[in-house]
Amino acid sequence: MSFINSFSIWFIPFLIGLILLYGTVKKVPTYEAFVEGGKEGFSLAVSMIPYLVGMLVSISVFRASGALDLLLDFGKPIFDLIHVPGEVVPLGLMRTISGSGALGMTSDLIASHGPDSFIGRLASTIQGSTDTTFYVLTVYFGAVGIRKMGYALKVGLLADLVGFIASIVVVTIVFS
Amino acid sequence: MVNYIWVGMMVIGFIVAMLTGNVDKVNAAVFKSAQEAVTISLGMVSILVFWLGLMKIAEKGGLLEMLALLFRPLVKRLFPDVPEGHPALGYILSNMVANLFGLGNAATPMGIKAMEQLKKLNGGKNEASRSMITLLAINTSSITLIPTTIIAIRMNYGSSNPTDIVGTTLLATAVSTVFALCIDRFFYYRSIRKGKK
Repeated sequence: MSFINSFSIWFIPFLIGLILLYGTVKKVPTYEAFVEGGKEGFSLAVSMIPYLVGMLVSISVFRASGALDLLLDFGKPIFDLIHVPGEVVPLGLMRTISGSGALGMTSDLIASHGPDSFIGRLASTIQGSTDTTFYVLTVYFGAVGIRKMGYALKVGLLADLVGFIASIVVVTIVFS
Repeated sequence: MVNYIWVGMMVIGFIVAMLTGNVDKVNAAVFKSAQEAVTISLGMVSILVFWLGLMKIAEKGGLLEMLALLFRPLVKRLFPDVPEGHPALGYILSNMVANLFGLGNAATPMGIKAMEQLKKLNGGKNEASRSMITLLAINTSSITLIPTTIIAIRMNYGSSNPTDIVGTTLLATAVSTVFALCIDRFFYYRSIRKGKK
């Protein structure tokens, strides 16, 4: 554990140092290059704004109205039927639309069921094994101004579903 | 499809809100989340400026090219549309490496930079190209060696072995990434077939 911790702590200075030293050896005007590259950062962040506002408003309306809860109540009998633990279904759905929402749910599940319980481990695995599709899609495409997403959303959502199912199967096999 | 989902979530939300009497909550949510979106975007300025600055040094020094050369067989297969030696490849690889090590805030700027290069490659159109969607598929299924956030949460709640989910997480994300790439291919070939008809 301490090894993993110190690894992730030391990796960032290592990476930054490597880039700086390598650039210096290769005679890159490092400071000038840094400023030149960094300049784009602001405009990229600003061009992301309308995309993110649109997406987050829609998601939060869906959540705050109670529509999400309704959808989950409606689907519960179906999930019970195929042996999906009902506790993690909201998490699976939340994971694709809101990163902070999912993190809150995971903490909640871990707190109420215990980190070493089946549900606790399953929630941890689900949280760690997928990323927020809507967010990634909005930020990446938003920053560079891609409006027509093609089949990107389908791919992302299906990948989330596979990740969710894989988490349940893997955790069931390993921990029970 | 995005348009339908976008409108659908809001319209269904409003209807449910009317039926359940949550209208005031929804009204508050609209403006709170709009503000949140702006805060998130502007909050990214600092990491974007910092990592893009560093990446420029890496690019000029040839570090990115080296990375691309090192993983050429893999990347060539994943992104057949990107010509060899194109700067997009270096950014795609640094995005993948940053994700692998759980450096989310470094992965995003690199991913955005890769998207920018891929857009140039696609003639600057506002449509997603095949390679862009592949990059996105890799990012949403996110292979991470060490899920640091979740380990920290488990430690906080007194787990006897906070890292015992590393193995299951790795396996689950490997499965989802492989599937994501397969699904991506499937839709790509389907879109070609549709185009020909």
